[in-house]
Amino acid sequence: MPLDGQTVRSLSAGQRVLISGTVWAARDAAHRRLMQTLDSGRPLPFDICGAVIYYVGPTPPTPGRAVGSAGPTTSARMDPYAPRLIELGLRGMIGKGPRSPQVVETMKKFGAVYFAATGGAGALLATKIRSYQVVAYDDLGPEALARMELENFPAVVAIDATGKSLYER
Amino acid sequence: MREIDAAEIGRAVEQCIEQASFTLGRAELDALTTAIAVEDNSLARDILGELIENASIAAAERRALCQDTGLAVVFLDIGQQVLVTGQPLEQTVNSAVAAAYTRLGLRKSVVAHPLERRNTGDNAPAILHTRLVPGDRATVRFAAKGGGCENMSAMAMLTPSADATAVADFVVKTVVQAGGKTCPPIIVGVGLGGNFERAAMLAKLALLRPLGRPSENPIDARLERDLLARINATGIGPMGLGGRTTALAVHVESAPCHIASLPVAVNIDCHSHRHAEISI
Repeated sequence: MPLDGQTVRSLSAGQRVLISGTVWAARDAAHRRLMQTLDSGRPLPFDICGAVIYYVGPTPPTPGRAVGSAGPTTSARMDPYAPRLIELGLRGMIGKGPRSPQVVETMKKFGAVYFAATGGAGALLATKIRSYQVVAYDDLGPEALARMELENFPAVVAIDATGKSLYER
Repeated sequence: MREIDAAEIGRAVEQCIEQASFTLGRAELDALTTAIAVEDNSLARDILGELIENASIAAAERRALCQDTGLAVVFLDIGQQVLVTGQPLEQTVNSAVAAAYTRLGLRKSVVAHPLERRNTGDNAPAILHTRLVPGDRATVRFAAKGGGCENMSAMAMLTPSADATAVADFVVKTVVQAGGKTCPPIIVGVGLGGNFERAAMLAKLALLRPLGRPSENPIDARLERDLLARINATGIGPMGLGGRTTALAVHVESAPCHIASLPVAVNIDCHSHRHAEISI
């Protein structure tokens, strides 16, 4: 991470992956702020080109740890915001559960991939997070926008850039 | 009359929060282990395996089982022979929730107003249900209720022409619509009868029954068996990615209702089924 177009297109639904590199932690409230920022014509607080967003709001860290517990939240709540970010260059999302047809269509059009991590495995997944630094919206507490470094974070390609989805059976 | 200081109830609330947030129950672990044997889909098996591994990491490293450490739901049963002394009870419970969530490093997941959405910063207030019951004890039952699964709850005011199949159809439809948006395998609480608010309360209480223990009412127990079979035949599977384990249990609680009504409420809990009970 970040992701380039070629890597995105090489991933197919059902493939297991271990994700390493920089991702951005953002959930409901941070997405609302990102939209407000775009509406007002200001730049986003991070480089969206090739970026991967992890839908997560961790528990606070205890001393010596980057985070406490940090599994994915329900991605569908971010469906109203995701297409606009994908159009601007977002290439990957990590979360849990299915996405709306509009999100999948935008993923196909612009080339983006959706990874599912195991919801409710926040203690296990937190051991794959090397750092967590709030970069904006500190007042949102667990919903702040943060930069995270992942190392061998387990996930599965749930919806690929051709629109193939593990949620369609 | 037996006197119990509200502070003692507050301490019991804190202990319940600590116990539930880091330790998955034996029954829940056994249900996950059994589910692995039932799955022939390797992704489903791996996800269930991750959940068991997650529980051991949570206990060993004292990391919360899930980052959504929940809205604190507290059922408080106070015996009629008990005099609660000291500080106001509701305030004491909320202070205990705030203290525990802060001290234990749990997530603060409560906003003060649903539209303004400013985080209260300490996970208070709790959802507190207090009941007067016979006896001289005070019993605290706690559930850490995650937002993702709570969002998928639903209610229908069916009418008497509906039969058990129609009730089951509504429950299954609710579970299918929830799909992978909750964290399957789920626990399904069904409240049948009462009125609008009682049905919802029964559904919540149903979740607090020991996992998989059948209802003592034969009609409800049969509905539980039928529902579990139908829900696990949907193929939604662990995390909605396919498999035979969509629910670990279905619990039904029923109550008398109006001659014109048949209320049904469905409350869903995720596999991270965190609850604890302390009797004083």
